[in-house]
Amino acid sequence: MSNGAIIETRDLRKVYRVGQVDVPALRGVDLSVQPGEFVSIVGPSGSGKSTLFHIIGGLTPPTAGEVKVGGQNLAALSDAGRTKMRRKTVGFVFQKFNLLPNLTARDNIAVAHYIAGLGTHPDAEFDEVLRLLGIANRLDHKPNALSGGEQQRVAIARAIVNHPAILLADEPTGNLDSENSRAVLEVLRDLNRRLGQTVLMITHNPEAAAYGHNTVHMRDGRIVDRTNATA
Amino acid sequence: MIGKIVLENLKNRPMRSLLSILLIGVPVTLILTLVGLTQGMLTDAQNRQRGVGADIMIRGANVNSLTTASSITIPAGMVDLVERQPHVSVATGVINERVEVIMALAGIDMARFNRMVGGFTYDQGGPLRGPDDILVDRLYAEEHHLQVGQTTNLIYHDWRVVGVVEPGKMARLFVPVATLQDLRAASNRVGQIYVKVDDPANIKLVVGELRHLLPPYSINTMDEIAAMYNVDQIPAIKPFTVVVAAIGVVIGVTVVWLSMYMVVLQRTREIGILKALGASKAFILGIIQIEATLLGVGGTILGIIFSFGAQWLIHTLVPASFQMAIVYAWWPRVAAITLAAANLGALQPGLTAARQDPIEALAYE
Repeated sequence: MSNGAIIETRDLRKVYRVGQVDVPALRGVDLSVQPGEFVSIVGPSGSGKSTLFHIIGGLTPPTAGEVKVGGQNLAALSDAGRTKMRRKTVGFVFQKFNLLPNLTARDNIAVAHYIAGLGTHPDAEFDEVLRLLGIANRLDHKPNALSGGEQQRVAIARAIVNHPAILLADEPTGNLDSENSRAVLEVLRDLNRRLGQTVLMITHNPEAAAYGHNTVHMRDGRIVDRTNATA
Repeated sequence: MIGKIVLENLKNRPMRSLLSILLIGVPVTLILTLVGLTQGMLTDAQNRQRGVGADIMIRGANVNSLTTASSITIPAGMVDLVERQPHVSVATGVINERVEVIMALAGIDMARFNRMVGGFTYDQGGPLRGPDDILVDRLYAEEHHLQVGQTTNLIYHDWRVVGVVEPGKMARLFVPVATLQDLRAASNRVGQIYVKVDDPANIKLVVGELRHLLPPYSINTMDEIAAMYNVDQIPAIKPFTVVVAAIGVVIGVTVVWLSMYMVVLQRTREIGILKALGASKAFILGIIQIEATLLGVGGTILGIIFSFGAQWLIHTLVPASFQMAIVYAWWPRVAAITLAAANLGALQPGLTAARQDPIEALAYE
């Protein structure tokens, strides 16, 4: 199970216990993502996209199967081990932005850097990323003073401030209008192209999915198709 | 960074923060007021005993504590006997009668007492002349709105106020000892004899002679009597203080528990964000505990400020009945108690926050 992939899953299964009933969310997912790849995952609600996102992000363990992220076998990690892995290996971008409302944009970015044990001040080169994201002059504002698009770009900055191996984006344009959606998707593609950032993006939107190199289609907890954008 | 998160959290919910600090401050004030009252009243009583100017006190047989000082068992004739002893310059017999829980009415022989204390300083009126005359000190007069010429009823007897004196000499109320003897059916007996010697160097010598002369009586130097006005010497004060402190701890723990429980509920999503970023359980617990510590520090400071307010109120409303000291030595103690209570109260909410599942927390609306 190693061909240079940065994300690799094999026969990945996840079963949730709801009351007395076992509900399978993933029924054997095999996925391989190469470094620098931009992969979109699409599928209807309940297809297992978010569960796959959570397992790859180290937010929950799989029930069975294998999952490797950046060379680490997440299935073998304890809760504390997965917590540690999240600090530097993955960066999250959520549909609802999920910024800390009491902190400024600058502090929202700094807190991720601090939790990773890297101090509160990102390196000077990160200023270039902030300019690329178009938020360099909005850093001293709190989230409630930022537009949705600005908040999502701050969230992207926070996600990549520790130079993670992968950027996981869960419906990053779900709460944005079309103009801001386009801007955020452009930013993700830019980060992928310029910095070689690996991106795994969940989306309902086919137009958004088209920004990725590959699109993985999921249904009923399984990958049913994988298409190449250039195909 | 944790400090910034905590401060911003506190600033973001100013009313909750202020209410928590206020509710923590109340038991701090309660503890400091109780300790201050105990210390203040003991010091005041001690100073008033010293204000008599005596060197030795003779009390009834087998009297060991201050609480039995008002028993009237000493034959009044002993006052003359004591005064005739070598090196004794003056002796005076008094009766101390409790008129309120913490207020004594002193029966005195005006002439002898004046010789002992060097006379009263009169703000109004003059000395005791008739059997129903009473002298009150300035604080008692202020508290009870009394003036010379008015009548006051104490121990079911009407007394005519003939003088208002400066406080600081044994009691706040003085009446003729003979009247008090009649009222207590204790003719020719007194409760205590105060003795002044010619030279402080002779105090020990006189005490020794008096113990030899009057073996059944309790005879102590005034320094020994003053030392009895100590928290450790008064039964039940310490357990009472411990009980009040324990109530303060319970209130503090409950307030912080409730406050931090609400915090954890309100910030479930934020906790989920931090956990998604890789924050450890210790990091989350640390945020909650530091916030509780800051609330505890705020409550301690507010409680200390309030204790000055309590002192002012007591001094203004009941200056004769209660004296409250500001006991600085208790500030660090009450701070330690409060911070321990705050951190204890924050423990369960903090652990709940630390154990939250990040996915569930992020989905919380």
